[in-house]
Amino acid sequence: MRFIFKTDYEQDIKLFQHGGAWWSYGLLFAVLAVAPYLIGSYLQSQLVFVFIYAIVGVALMILVGFTGQGSIGHAAFLAIGAYTAAFLQARGYPFEVYFPVAGILTGVVGAIVGIPALRLHGIYLLIATISFAFIVEEVLARWESVTHGNEGMRVRAVEFFGQTVSRDSNSFYFLCLGILVLVIIGTLNLMRSPTGRAFIAIRDSETAAKSMGIDLAKYKVRSFAISAAITGLAGTLYAHKMSFISPEMFTLLLSIEFIMVIIIGGAFGLHGAILGAIFIVMVDPLITMLKDDLPGMVASLSRGFGVGEEGARAVQDRLYAIFSAPGLKGAIYGLIIIMFVLFEPMGLYGRWLKIKLYFQLFPLYKKATFRRQKTYVKSERNR
Amino acid sequence: MSYLRVDNLSLHFGGLKAVDAVSFEIPQGEIFTIIGPNGAGKTSIFNMISRLYEPTTGHLFFEDRDITEVPPHQIASMGIARTFQNIELFDNASVLSNLLVGRHCHSRTKLWQEILFMPNVRRAEKAHRAKVEEVIELLDLQAYREKIIAGLPYGVRKVVELARALCSEPKLILLDEPSSGLNVEETDDMSYWIRDIKSELGITVLMVEHDMSLVNRVSDRVLALNYGRVIAQGTPAEVQRHPDVVAAYLGA
Ligand SMILES: Nc1ncnc2c1ncn2[C@@H]1O[C@H](COP(=O)(O)OP(=O)(O)OP(=O)(O)O)[C@@H](O)[C@H]1O
Ligand SMILES: [Mg+2]
Repeated sequence: MRFIFKTDYEQDIKLFQHGGAWWSYGLLFAVLAVAPYLIGSYLQSQLVFVFIYAIVGVALMILVGFTGQGSIGHAAFLAIGAYTAAFLQARGYPFEVYFPVAGILTGVVGAIVGIPALRLHGIYLLIATISFAFIVEEVLARWESVTHGNEGMRVRAVEFFGQTVSRDSNSFYFLCLGILVLVIIGTLNLMRSPTGRAFIAIRDSETAAKSMGIDLAKYKVRSFAISAAITGLAGTLYAHKMSFISPEMFTLLLSIEFIMVIIIGGAFGLHGAILGAIFIVMVDPLITMLKDDLPGMVASLSRGFGVGEEGARAVQDRLYAIFSAPGLKGAIYGLIIIMFVLFEPMGLYGRWLKIKLYFQLFPLYKKATFRRQKTYVKSERNR
Repeated sequence: MSYLRVDNLSLHFGGLKAVDAVSFEIPQGEIFTIIGPNGAGKTSIFNMISRLYEPTTGHLFFEDRDITEVPPHQIASMGIARTFQNIELFDNASVLSNLLVGRHCHSRTKLWQEILFMPNVRRAEKAHRAKVEEVIELLDLQAYREKIIAGLPYGVRKVVELARALCSEPKLILLDEPSSGLNVEETDDMSYWIRDIKSELGITVLMVEHDMSLVNRVSDRVLALNYGRVIAQGTPAEVQRHPDVVAAYLGA
């Protein structure tokens, strides 16, 4: 076990609580710095998506994990960021101009969406955010003079302070990584300041938050605005990475993918957002692999077990049909969500903490260490 | 001079008069206790003072200011803090963060400064922390600083809630049944703390309490309530001898 001996208030404020953390994050950083030169272009591309999803994951974590407000509309914020980028780029503005503009604009929209959240709780808020996402999708399809409707828009390479950064280059990889790191640092700063604590207070007890002097309206709107703004920033990166955007890219399914990022990762810390992003981005290649390689593998296996050529072929075709069925991705997502909610409610990061604790306490680990104790019921009267 | 003045306060839920034309005054530096059977309307009075409930009629004055229209989140910065009958802590946060939320009404930093964690934010955080540490010292919470509320025993949570209220450096503190659910020793500690809060920190205390021995030990004055109406007011001994109070408690 590691015991941290504290001698100064400063120590509780620090981002890294002990020397070991410097080493492990340093190592992670070194790996990420050399990775694009060692891995192929396909994996590099996947990592860029992980970064973009992780930025959205952090944004959702602020709203859902820390402030306790639901949203199944984040694809809409991503879309607003993406279209702002495409629109302003087409008019000749460089990245350094439209990147912050996209953030601010999306943040303002987020603040407006946050206003109903002052009155709505739980499922009703979710429905409100879904409706908002549908409205945005519809506007993107209809407002042709700006968005080109269903034809979509091309997005050219990033022009960043005169440098052209193409979407497949390592520079784009580092741009996304850098923005992710800045977003994480900003969020960590926020969470160790009064605003971050106000978010957590609202999540855990609105009544107590109010009586401690927290203006619920102000902080809920703030949380929505910050979350939306960060998602808008991710949207510009997304637009560049895809190089083409159209309304049907920003559907409910994408919003659900974002929610999954934090459910799977664990909705109580930024680590969860990152782990969840890695997981979600890797589902796609996994399905592709299931579709392309698995049927062949099973077929040759069954040949090995003496099933005739005929039978092997039939198995292969059957499996191929299953794995290329439309809607398979949605079904797999549904299954994963259910499994996580049932068996791993603290997400991948929770699992990692448990494993770590197991080794730290070995052989004293108790199975019941993480079992939740329900002590008493809070009064719901003052809601 | 009255510090908190409640003037003809009523609260109706439909036909139910939870609080009915209640008036009282608390001078600065006093410990004032409201007693009464279950459902008498004690918590409702607290909720109106902390502005969670809208009074049907009547007015509230604090330091000669009418606070009947003040929004709930401004009550804390006016110097009124409270605890809740059912404990309303931030369950998934540490004791330390709970207490730091108590400092919220004293924070003046801007959002952008917090995102960049500017030197002024760092300074403010350390000052808040120093204040929180004083309260931890006072209430003997050192052992629980980093603990998450959800894993703490009931008695400790009660103390943490008191500590959180004290962290806001209030002038008036409202305690809703501070001893409920506590064992004898914890209740003793609580009674010492309540007196310390008054004598050392100079905070005026308004509390609701069922434990009459605690009431007798700490209160300067007592008000008895039944069915939302004031039935007696005076020193603890006077109120307990009052025939209406005896009747209310015996259910006669
Ligand atoms: N939000 C509400 N809606 C409807 N009725 C309420 C509400 N809050 C309180 N009441 C009613 O008002 C009356 C007074 O309630 P209150 O909570 O103030 O009682 P109390 O004196 O604090 O009792 P206890 O000793 O049980 O805490 C009760 O009859 C209660 O049912
Ligand atoms: Mg009560």
